[in-house]
Amino acid sequence: MSRVLHAEWTKLRTEPAAHWLLPCIVVVTVLVSLLVVAAASCTRGGCGFDPAALSLAGVQLGQALVVLLAVLAIGGEHGTGLLRTTFTAAPRRIVVLAAKAVLIGGLTLAAGTVAVLGCVAAGRAILPGNGIAAPSLADGPTLRAAVGSVLYLVLIGLLALGVAAAIRDSAVSAGAVFALLYAVPLVAAVINDPELQRTLRRLAPMPAGLAVQATTDLDNLPIGPWAGLAVLAAWSAAALLLGAVLLHHRDP
Amino acid sequence: MSEYGRLLRAEWTKFRTVRGWVLGTVAAVLVTVLLGLFVASNSHSSCMKGTVEVECPTPPVGPDGEPVRDKFYFVHQPLAGDGAITVRVTSMTGLITYPPPNHNEIVPGLVEWAKAGVIAKDGTAEGSRYVALMATAEHGVRMQHDFIHDTAGKPGAVSAGAPRWLRLTRVGDTLTGDESADGASWTRVGTATLAGTVEIGLFVTSPSDLTVDGRVGGGTVQARLAEATATFDNVGLTGTAPGADWLRDDVGVVPNPDGAPHHPGGVEEAGGVMTVSGNGDMAPLAGESGPGVQLVLIGLVIGLIVVIVVAARYVTTETRLGLIGVTLLASPRRGRVLAAKAVVLGAVTFVAGTTAAALVIPLGWGVLRDNGFRQPGLPLSTIARVAVETGLLVAGTALLALGLGALLRRGLAAVGIAVAVVVLPYLAVIIGGLPTAASEWLLRLTPAAAFAIQQVAPEYAHVLASYTPGSGYYPLPAWGGLAVMAGYVALALGLASARLRRSDV
Repeated sequence: MSRVLHAEWTKLRTEPAAHWLLPCIVVVTVLVSLLVVAAASCTRGGCGFDPAALSLAGVQLGQALVVLLAVLAIGGEHGTGLLRTTFTAAPRRIVVLAAKAVLIGGLTLAAGTVAVLGCVAAGRAILPGNGIAAPSLADGPTLRAAVGSVLYLVLIGLLALGVAAAIRDSAVSAGAVFALLYAVPLVAAVINDPELQRTLRRLAPMPAGLAVQATTDLDNLPIGPWAGLAVLAAWSAAALLLGAVLLHHRDP
Repeated sequence: MSEYGRLLRAEWTKFRTVRGWVLGTVAAVLVTVLLGLFVASNSHSSCMKGTVEVECPTPPVGPDGEPVRDKFYFVHQPLAGDGAITVRVTSMTGLITYPPPNHNEIVPGLVEWAKAGVIAKDGTAEGSRYVALMATAEHGVRMQHDFIHDTAGKPGAVSAGAPRWLRLTRVGDTLTGDESADGASWTRVGTATLAGTVEIGLFVTSPSDLTVDGRVGGGTVQARLAEATATFDNVGLTGTAPGADWLRDDVGVVPNPDGAPHHPGGVEEAGGVMTVSGNGDMAPLAGESGPGVQLVLIGLVIGLIVVIVVAARYVTTETRLGLIGVTLLASPRRGRVLAAKAVVLGAVTFVAGTTAAALVIPLGWGVLRDNGFRQPGLPLSTIARVAVETGLLVAGTALLALGLGALLRRGLAAVGIAVAVVVLPYLAVIIGGLPTAASEWLLRLTPAAAFAIQQVAPEYAHVLASYTPGSGYYPLPAWGGLAVMAGYVALALGLASARLRRSDV
């Protein structure tokens, strides 16, 4: 396993796109959060903003780059036929997928931690000036939102890796993951059937997973913060399983 | 056949013989239509009368076909031919119920578009034509007619120290509005036409006190009842039957379950002074006439992701397989190869987008009406306009992905960037709970500006409402949004063509 892991690391390390994708995850996530907190202001009607969720809003765009990184880790090899060489060198395909999962998980964990800390710093610096309380990591729910957001990004990376292992073509995989992530929140945002809305938000990977960012109005969440993250984890596990099964049974 | 014609034909043959690209295009149409219908069929509108659920009332429709609010207190007499009404407005006061911050008391005050003045109206039916000259709380004297037309007079609020004289004169079918500070020197405000026997008289009304939350998506709009009271004296009427009584109508008043009027207006008359109270508005129903085109077109967002993938694969498959070398050998003018690909992909995706919108808008609209929404029907010309512009939006997105694919040579990068600049900004606006200002900047600066094609209801400067992207109002007009998209497409295709000419394949 450690040899396979080392091989996967070498491949990803020498992939030029990965070099700018990783810093981009951090920069884009923090930048979006900065813009969002800078634009947030309380109207005379009062303030309904959740300071933690507002500060962590960049995760919603940062996850798209995590998807690209994860898809790149396997789709790129399919595209060039390198995967055949990989499987010749390491015949246990599941181990290869596991090594990729460890690598993507680890890289996303690192980039996600930096990004989330940047988001919280952005919220702390700017929100009080707009009349909204600053998020503090000493506060239990805010810490949970921050740690949960990092885990959210890791799980999104694993979900994308599983889908890419199943679909193989990188452009199609990325499109499929984007559609899977964004279609349900989009539909849930516009329908006015509250029951169906809650059901969709409980079951779909992105809205359920992002419940972990909420720190206010917790009683009205469609799903609890950790339970929501568990739903996303189930999606990621299912995608990886599907990817592993197809990888095992199909010619690369 | 010309060289370029052959090139186009070759590209078209490539596109139509790759099953994945054709299926992808069809899937984009299906996703758009099916998601739109799913959303429409899961949106319901119901209204309560007391504790009983009833069918929602259909809002009255103005002379130009738009849904309107037509509710005011009206003191009037019939006028068959020429004539005039002159009044002096000496005060305007009002009440606002339970405003922020504490929502716990009724306070004196006027909302900015509270109105009091003189009016000639084609009967007392809601939605009928009218011409009115009025003092407003914060927008000075205005002459308005038929709900959507508004002309400004002089600014300034009415008070005992600064009263306003208003005069509405009819000669033939033409009504002229004049205002004066002293009743001696008059200034023309505007003219409008209204034929036949009209009801002429005094009116007072006041829109609700609105709170427009800074957020969209999770944001809410609250409306609190506001009432205005105005004092009129020096009432002069010519052209009506001499000595006739004033008629009183609470136009548009809604009955309570027990039959009594809900928040009635009224008039008191003493010694030639008339004090009139009313609430409501004479205005188009801006921002609240039910779900708009963007609800039934919501599936387009996911359809666009599919189109982006097809476009990126269409151009990067050849570069990856080295087939592009053969293509360029057969047709050495490389810029033309890219142009031919763009024409074929643009045409196919334009047809796909137009078809999807032309299907889902009327179908979704029908479903919404069956589910109790009482928004007005969309004219065929509006459906056609939005459908064609949807085609342009889809084609523009496809060409952007094509340009990115040709420039970057990697399908994944093209998909990532195209989704990030076209789809994600719009998603952030719809589901992100972004502050309105942030949403509007996203819809000005990114290619997602082209989503402005979905706006079908105009913004009215004289009606306060929640004009946010979330409720279907965009910062740029449709052509402006498409122009922003076209700029990005030109940039991507230009860079791609420059790279194609310069580099080895």
